Amino acid sequence: MIRTCDVLVIGGGPAGLAAAIAADKEGAKVILIERESRLGGILKQCIHDGFGLVRFGEKLSGPEYAERFIDEFKERGIEAKTLTFVTSVERIKTGFKATIVSREGIEVIETTSLILATGCRERTSKQVFIHGTRPSGVFTAGTAQHYTNLLGQLPTKRCVILGSGDIGLIMARRLTLEGAEVLGVYEVKSTPSGLTRNIHQCLNDFDIPLHLSHTVTRVFGQDRLTAVEVAKVDEKMKPIPGTEEIIECDALILSVGLIPENEIAETLDVQIDGRTKGPRCDATLMTTVPGIFSCGNALHVNDLVDYVSESGETAGKNAAHFALGMERTLVEIKPNENILYIVPQVLDIKAKNDAVVVYFRSKDVYNKATFRIIADNKIVFEKRYAFLRPPEMEKIVADFSKFNLREYSTITAEVEVDAK
Amino acid sequence: MKIVCITCPRGCTIDIEKVGSDWQVSGNSCNKGREFAINEMTKPMRTICSTVKTTFPSAPVLPCRVSADIPKDKIFDVMKEINKVVVDKPLTRGDVIIKDVLGLGVDVISTSDLLAQI
Repeated sequence: MIRTCDVLVIGGGPAGLAAAIAADKEGAKVILIERESRLGGILKQCIHDGFGLVRFGEKLSGPEYAERFIDEFKERGIEAKTLTFVTSVERIKTGFKATIVSREGIEVIETTSLILATGCRERTSKQVFIHGTRPSGVFTAGTAQHYTNLLGQLPTKRCVILGSGDIGLIMARRLTLEGAEVLGVYEVKSTPSGLTRNIHQCLNDFDIPLHLSHTVTRVFGQDRLTAVEVAKVDEKMKPIPGTEEIIECDALILSVGLIPENEIAETLDVQIDGRTKGPRCDATLMTTVPGIFSCGNALHVNDLVDYVSESGETAGKNAAHFALGMERTLVEIKPNENILYIVPQVLDIKAKNDAVVVYFRSKDVYNKATFRIIADNKIVFEKRYAFLRPPEMEKIVADFSKFNLREYSTITAEVEVDAK
Repeated sequence: MKIVCITCPRGCTIDIEKVGSDWQVSGNSCNKGREFAINEMTKPMRTICSTVKTTFPSAPVLPCRVSADIPKDKIFDVMKEINKVVVDKPLTRGDVIIKDVLGLGVDVISTSDLLAQI
C-alpha cells in the first residue's frame, strides 16, 4: 500500500520536530521518520544545560528542551514513525517517493514536500591522520557522551581529548564530574574551536589544561590504548620534530568537528555548498531542488539549538506552503573573503523577503568589523561588531523588500575589518 | 581582574575591580553579566547536570540537574550524593530526586520523561 502526505520530515531531532510542528500548524498532513526508538535526536544525550536561552529565556538541559517540542508534537497528533529508516528517495511527478523500512517491513510514502532534518555527524579518527596501532579506546566525544549519559557506563579512567570543539569541552567536564581524569585538551589551531564560555566552565573550572597549536601524532597499545604521542605544531599545523611527548592514558577522545549529513540530498542531486557542507538554500530554506527543504545541522552546523529549531520552523512552514505550487527566481548572495559562510546562499526574489533571517560566520577572529549586505550598490543591512569569532555564529534579520530585486541583481555580503 | 561571563553563549569578557566597598564592572552586555561578575568575586556559583542510576534495564540512567545554582566548591560533594541514588519509580521531568541536597536549599530534579516513555 502506498501512503501519501503533504510534508515528509526525515529526522526527529530538534530541527525535524520544529519543522513537523510548523508544517502541521499550516494545515499540512505531516509524517516524520526517525531511525531511533525515541524522538529528540542528539539532545537525548546532551544532559548539560544552556539550551533554550534565546527561545525560552531559560537554561534548559537537552532532554528538557527536546521534550517541550515532543510534548507539542504529540498534542498535535502528528504521526511519527520511529525505529524506521529511509532507504531511498526518488523524484516522481507529484513530488517524491520515499521507501522506508521498519519492524513492520518495507513501506512506500509519496509526498509533495520533503524536509531533510538529518543533522550532522562527528568527524572520526579515520578523517584525522594519526599514526600507530588501532587499539580500542579511540572514539568521538559524542560516543563518550552516549556511553556516559545514556548507557551509564564510564568509557575511560584517564583520557586525552583531541580538538577543542564544544562537545569535547562538555565531555571534559562531564567525565571529570564522574571521576575520570582528563589530562588535557589538545587543539591543532592557535585559537579554540568551542565557545569561550565552555573553555571557562568546562576546562578552567576543573583545572584541565588546554594546549593550543598541539596535536596527537601517534597512538600506542594493542587491545586497548595505553598512550598517545602529542607534539607542538608550526603555523602550517605540521608537527615540530623534537617537541613530542608521550602521555599514558586509556582513551583518546576526538572532538574535531561536525559535518552536515546529506547522503539523501546527494542522491537527489541537491547542490551542496562547499563552505557549509549543507544544501544551497534560499530564504525559505528550499534547496536547489524544488520541494526539498533543509534545516538544522544538516543545513549548516549551528552552535545553538535555538537556531536549529528556528530553521526547522522556517523549513516546515514553507514546505507546507509549497504544496500550493510557486515558481522561484533565485539570485545568489555572494560572501566576501572574510566570511566563512552565509545562509541562505540564494534569495527567491519573488518571495516577500521583508524579514529574511541570515546566519553567518566570520573566517577569522576580527576585532571591530562591519557586516554589510549590499544589493545593486545599495546597503540593505549594516551592523558593527566589537568582535567576530568563527565559533560563534551570528544571526541578523534583513529587509530586502524595498530594493526592487531583479533576476540580474547582484547581492553581496561582506565583513569589512577596521584598519589596525 | 578579567573574567569571562558564562551566563550565555555570548561569553563577554568582563573587567571587575573593587573600588572602596563597591564593584566597578565593565565589558558586560547586560545586568546578568554584572551580577555574574560580582558573584564570581564573592561566592562563585555553578550548576550541575548529571545522571542517576535506575533499576530500569532499557534506561539505566536518568538525566538530572540541580534546581538552582550551588556554590562552586560544593560541586563534587553534590556529585557524591547524586551517585548514591538509584531511581526505581518512573519519575517524570521536574520530579524531585533528592530534596534539599546537603542542606543547600536546592533540589536535584529529573530532567526527562524518559522513564515514563519506556
